[in-house]
Amino acid sequence: MTVNAHPLREKYTRSHVARTTTCPGCGIGTVSQAILRAIDGLQLDIDDFVFVSGIGCSAWIPSPFYNADTLHTTHGRPVAFATGVKLGLPHKHVMVVSGDGDLTAIGGNHLIHAARRNVNLTVVLVNNGIYGMTGGQTAPTTPPGIKTITSPYGAMEPHFDVSAMVSAAGASYVARWTTHHPRQMSRAIRKGIEKEGFALIEAVSQCPVQFGRASKIGGAVEMLKYFKENSVRRDKALGMEPEQLAGKIVVGEFADRRLAELTAQWARLRSDMAEGS
Amino acid sequence: MGRNSRILTGTHFELGNWGCAEGAIAAGCNYVAGYPITPASEIANLLAARLPQVDSTFLQTEDEISAICSAIGASWAGCKAMTVTSGPGISLMQENIGFAAATETPLVIVDVQRFGPSTGVPSVGLGADVVQVARGSHGDYQIIALCPESPQEMFDLTIRAFNLAEKYRVPVFVLADGFIGHMREQIVIPPQERIQIENRKIAAPAKSVLERNDFLDVEVAPMPVFGRGLKAHVTSSCHDEHGMRNLSDPEVMHRYVMRPIEKILTHRDDIVQVQEDVSDADLVLVSCGTVSRSARAAARMARSQGLKVGTLRLLACWPLPDKEIRSAADRVKAMLVLENNTGQLYPYIKAESAHACQVSFLGPQTLGQIHDPAYILDKVKEMMQ
Repeated sequence: MTVNAHPLREKYTRSHVARTTTCPGCGIGTVSQAILRAIDGLQLDIDDFVFVSGIGCSAWIPSPFYNADTLHTTHGRPVAFATGVKLGLPHKHVMVVSGDGDLTAIGGNHLIHAARRNVNLTVVLVNNGIYGMTGGQTAPTTPPGIKTITSPYGAMEPHFDVSAMVSAAGASYVARWTTHHPRQMSRAIRKGIEKEGFALIEAVSQCPVQFGRASKIGGAVEMLKYFKENSVRRDKALGMEPEQLAGKIVVGEFADRRLAELTAQWARLRSDMAEGS
Repeated sequence: MGRNSRILTGTHFELGNWGCAEGAIAAGCNYVAGYPITPASEIANLLAARLPQVDSTFLQTEDEISAICSAIGASWAGCKAMTVTSGPGISLMQENIGFAAATETPLVIVDVQRFGPSTGVPSVGLGADVVQVARGSHGDYQIIALCPESPQEMFDLTIRAFNLAEKYRVPVFVLADGFIGHMREQIVIPPQERIQIENRKIAAPAKSVLERNDFLDVEVAPMPVFGRGLKAHVTSSCHDEHGMRNLSDPEVMHRYVMRPIEKILTHRDDIVQVQEDVSDADLVLVSCGTVSRSARAAARMARSQGLKVGTLRLLACWPLPDKEIRSAADRVKAMLVLENNTGQLYPYIKAESAHACQVSFLGPQTLGQIHDPAYILDKVKEMMQ
């Protein structure tokens, strides 16, 4: 039997890991490919990276697949773990891959503080708007009105605008793209890796099994079509009224700026101390 | 010796918390994360000033959860990492104390215990975290906890905590309290050559983690430290010897729990330390940490009155020095367990000794105050009647 595997499979993933845990139609494969294409495009060795993930479907993107150092942590904490990894290995690229529930609910405080510190991490936040792995519960990213298993009468709370929040907290680079925009997403991840400072790429992704059903949008194809039809470029969105933007997904770059970065500041302090001795 | 020296050799008159901070630096600690909390703050305050002088990093985090997580991350990055807090912070850290135990991460956790439950009284010591440090995270695991009784031991046992953490790839507690942390006494820092330092063994490169055992070795697997192309797979979820997740094989589940526990228990003779003066005693006072100072004073008073009273001090309370407690129980008629709490280690100690002698517990006359030696002596006399 001939097996046709993507060239990135052999180059960057553990050959002995043969199965994924994702449901049919999941957007995680698209996000994973966007990450690996970004690394490939930069001609970086995967050993130049340490991947850190939390709990939830998308935390399984690097672990167990990527053939690199991977740290699969407790729920909500990957950014906190990654901060220690980065301060210990300032010359490595440290990438966090995790979901919206992990990074904005239970781990929300770590996320905004890492952005404030502007520690040089690349965070790929896979936002499917729901808790997929545990069976479709409401997340802080679930749009109001959607009926989930824990909001059977419709979600009543407003949802986070993750990219705007992380941008306001002080990150150097923030971008949002959907799985309908894989090339833009990959370019944003590449920019995030290159950026000296905290970079967040919000990857809006389809969970047809949970979100597609709850929102009644439908399966993977319908969800991708929904992303296509409801995405608004940020430059265009800036000129639109809030009512016009209701239900829309604003895509593009939210921040791209040069700010003091934490590990560089630590390196400078230590070298000043050594010279002053 | 400049301020950039790691080892401040000499005789100092300093706080216990100072001893802990300097012990960490002398042990080679190069990453500390913490969140302000009384009565532990001085340790982090001092390290914030000292660590950059010795080419190291101090991170003040948004909470204690982040502190322990970043310290674990730094340990995997190859650092000798520590976090410092008091009981309320330990409560927040419990989730990732379990993570460190499950992933066999070298880590030092300092708990300068304070009066509780809950927010309690920040500046009053109480030795009431003694069980939560060992049993507070969910699931089944073992840790090591060392119990200093003086500022000098805050220095000595912090170094020992790093050495044990590195040698056995485990989280190790320094279990101090507000009294020792804020006590000022002589601290002697020996010359560098007299300070023994252990460093972790590091795994060798392999084509795949399947060709290497990175976890679950009773004799301590070399650590696949990040950043060296070792392609480590680290997860706190149930994993096999290679670190690969396995949530279906009952044999792997068994090994995932048992091997890290056996790793500590198999080497308990190297880890456990006690100080005993039991010789001809009829009654022995058992204690750890601050209370041991009162125990020793009470034993002296008893001896001066012709009563044969000895002492057994646990320098490590986890793993429990079970053999040493049993051996003392076999030689005496009575054992009095002293703790500054309502009797937390007492059931564990009683389980090892009640077969052989009479065993009682005595908390301080007022919780949160140091045991008055005369008060201990009254109880001793009552038991010896």
